[in-house]
Amino acid sequence: MPHSTFFRFMFPSLLAMLLFIALPIVSIVVQSLFIEHEQVIVTSETCQPFGGCTSTSTVDSAATAQLRAEEPLGRFNGLGTYIDRNHLAFGELRDILTTSDGFTDAVSRIYNLPLYRALAFTVTYCALVTPLAMMLGLLIALAVNTVPQMLKGPVIFFSLVPMLITPLVGSLILFWMLNSEGILGAAIQNVFNDPGLSTRSSAPLTWAMLIVYGIWTNAPFSFIVFYAGLQAVPRDTVEAAMIDGASRIERIRYVVLPSLKPLILFVLLVQLMDNFRVFEPIISFNAAANATSLSYQIYSSLNTQTSQLFGSAAATSVITIGFIAVLIVPVLLRVARELSTGRG
Amino acid sequence: MDAFSRRSPVIRATATGFVLLWLLIAAFPFVWTVWGSFKVEPDFFSRDTWWHAILGTNTARLTGDAFTGDGYYGAWVTTQFWRSTLNTAIITVCVVVISLSFGTLGGYALARSTARYRFVILIAALFFRAMPDITLVSGYLLPFFQLNIWGYLPTAIIVLVALNQPFTLWMMYSFFQGIPRDLDESALVDGCTRFQAFRLAIVPVMWPGVITTGLFAFLLAYNDFSVTGLVLSERNQTMVPKIASYLGQIQSEGNVMFAVAAVVSITIPIFLLVMFFQRYLVSGLTAGAVKG
Repeated sequence: MPHSTFFRFMFPSLLAMLLFIALPIVSIVVQSLFIEHEQVIVTSETCQPFGGCTSTSTVDSAATAQLRAEEPLGRFNGLGTYIDRNHLAFGELRDILTTSDGFTDAVSRIYNLPLYRALAFTVTYCALVTPLAMMLGLLIALAVNTVPQMLKGPVIFFSLVPMLITPLVGSLILFWMLNSEGILGAAIQNVFNDPGLSTRSSAPLTWAMLIVYGIWTNAPFSFIVFYAGLQAVPRDTVEAAMIDGASRIERIRYVVLPSLKPLILFVLLVQLMDNFRVFEPIISFNAAANATSLSYQIYSSLNTQTSQLFGSAAATSVITIGFIAVLIVPVLLRVARELSTGRG
Repeated sequence: MDAFSRRSPVIRATATGFVLLWLLIAAFPFVWTVWGSFKVEPDFFSRDTWWHAILGTNTARLTGDAFTGDGYYGAWVTTQFWRSTLNTAIITVCVVVISLSFGTLGGYALARSTARYRFVILIAALFFRAMPDITLVSGYLLPFFQLNIWGYLPTAIIVLVALNQPFTLWMMYSFFQGIPRDLDESALVDGCTRFQAFRLAIVPVMWPGVITTGLFAFLLAYNDFSVTGLVLSERNQTMVPKIASYLGQIQSEGNVMFAVAAVVSITIPIFLLVMFFQRYLVSGLTAGAVKG
C-alpha cells in the first residue's frame, strides 16, 4: 500500500491519538513542573496615635484571582513537586533511613508517605489479584470442560456479567454485601463472633475485600480465554499421555499447560495492565483511609472542592506512566519482535 | 468415546460442584441486589438479620407492601437519573459510531500495509492502552478550562473516542488480517482505487468484526468513570458519576436506596448485551488472545 494511501486511511485515528493521548502526555510533563500560585498576601500596618503599630496580613483575593487567571499554569517549580512529601519524598526518605530504629519502624514510616502508600497497595493488588484470578479462571475452565453441556451456557453467561459490569457498580454491589450491615459482612461478624468487625475499621480487612473484588471481576476473563484454549488442546497428545500412564495431574502439567502457554502470557499482560489502574473500587468501598492507589491519588488531587492541584496530579501521572513503562517495555519488545518476524 | 468424557464419577461430581459454586459466586450478588432494590433501607441494610431483606419486614411496616418502588422513584424522578441516562445514551452512541469509523479505516490500513512504520503505530497503541486513563485526564483539565470546552458532552465524546482508538485499532487489525488479501486485491486489479476496493469488497464482509469491536467500544464508554467523572459538569453527568455522587450524599440524606435502584438500572443494559451478544463477546475476548 502506498504511503499516502496508508496515511489517508490512518489520518482520523492518528489525529485523535495524537491530540488526546500523545499531546496530553506532553501536557502532564509540563504541568508537573509548575505549581499553583500562592495566595497574594497584603500586609498593612495600622498605627494608633498612642498604642504603637500593629501589622495585619490579609489575602488579596482579587489579586490572587487575577494572578491565577494570567498564569493558569502557576509558577515554575522545576522538579520540586516530584520530590516533595506527597510524591517521591527524597528528603523524608533520607531522614527515615538515618533516624529509624529498626526495619519495621522504617517501613511503617515510609508507608505513611502518600505516594508510597498508594504504590504499596497498587503493587500488592497487582501481585495478588493477577495470579489468583488466573488460577481460579483456569480451575473453572478445567471444571467446565468436564461438566454436562447444558451447564456450560449458563456458566459462560453468568461469568461474563461480573467481568463486563461497570467497575464502580460491580464493586458497589459487593461492598453493600460485605458492609457490616450487608448479608456477607453480618455473616462474617457471626462467624468470628465479633460485632465490631467491619471493613471500614481495619486496613487488612479493607485490602482483603478489595482483593476479593478483584478476583471476582478478573477471573472470568482468564476462564473464557483458557476455556477457548482448552478446546484447541490436541486430543491425540492427551490420549497418548493417558496410554503412557500419565495421571490426571501429570496430563494437565505436561500437556495442557504447555499448550496454553501463549494464552497465559497474553492474559498476564492484559490483567497486569488492568490491575495496575485499580481505581473505582476504592471509591465504591469508601476505602481511601485504608487503601489508595496511584490512580486514586491523581483523582483526589483533581477532585477537590477548592482549587485543583494540577501540578501534583501531573507529577503523580508522570510517575505512574514511568512505572507502566518499566512494567511493559519488556513485553512490548517481545511483541515487536513477534510482529516483525513473520506473524504480523 | 473420546478421552475427555471417560472420567470417574468422583471427578465429575467435584467438577460439577465447583462449577455450581462459581455460578453462585458470580450470580448471587446480582440476584441479591435486584431483590433488595425493592426494599427499604432498614431491610436491605439490616442490622438485626438478613431475613428482613428477604421477607421485607420493615418494607411492609413502612409502605404497606413487601415490595416498594420508592428507590426507583427517588432515583429516576426525584434526583433526575433519567437525565444521566440520556447523557450516557448520547455519549455511548456517538463514541461507538465514531470510534468504529476511525478504527475500521485505520485497522484496514494497518492490516494491508507492508511498511515497517505500522509496527511503530501498533506498539505505540499498545503502550497507550496500558496507561491508566486518569493520567491523561490530568493532562486535559487545564487546557480544557482554558479553551472553555470543559463540561460539555462533545468534549467527553472525542476524548473517549481517542482513548478507545488503541484497542479498536488492534481488534480491527487482527480481524482484517483474517480476511484474504485476494478479496480486495482483485478489486484493485479490476481498476478500483484503494478506497473503492475497501468499500466494495471489504465493507460487506467486515460486520462480524465491527460488531465485536463495537461491543467493547460500547462497554468502554458506558463503564467509564475517570473521564466522565472529571470532564463533565454536573448538568451533563452520565450514569456512573451520578451514582458516585449518591455515595457522597448517603450520610446526609439517607438516600442509599436511590443508589441501589440506580445500580440495578445501569446493570440492565449490560445484562441484555451479554444475553444477545454472548457469542460475539466471547469471540472478541479470545480473538485478542490468538493475535497477542
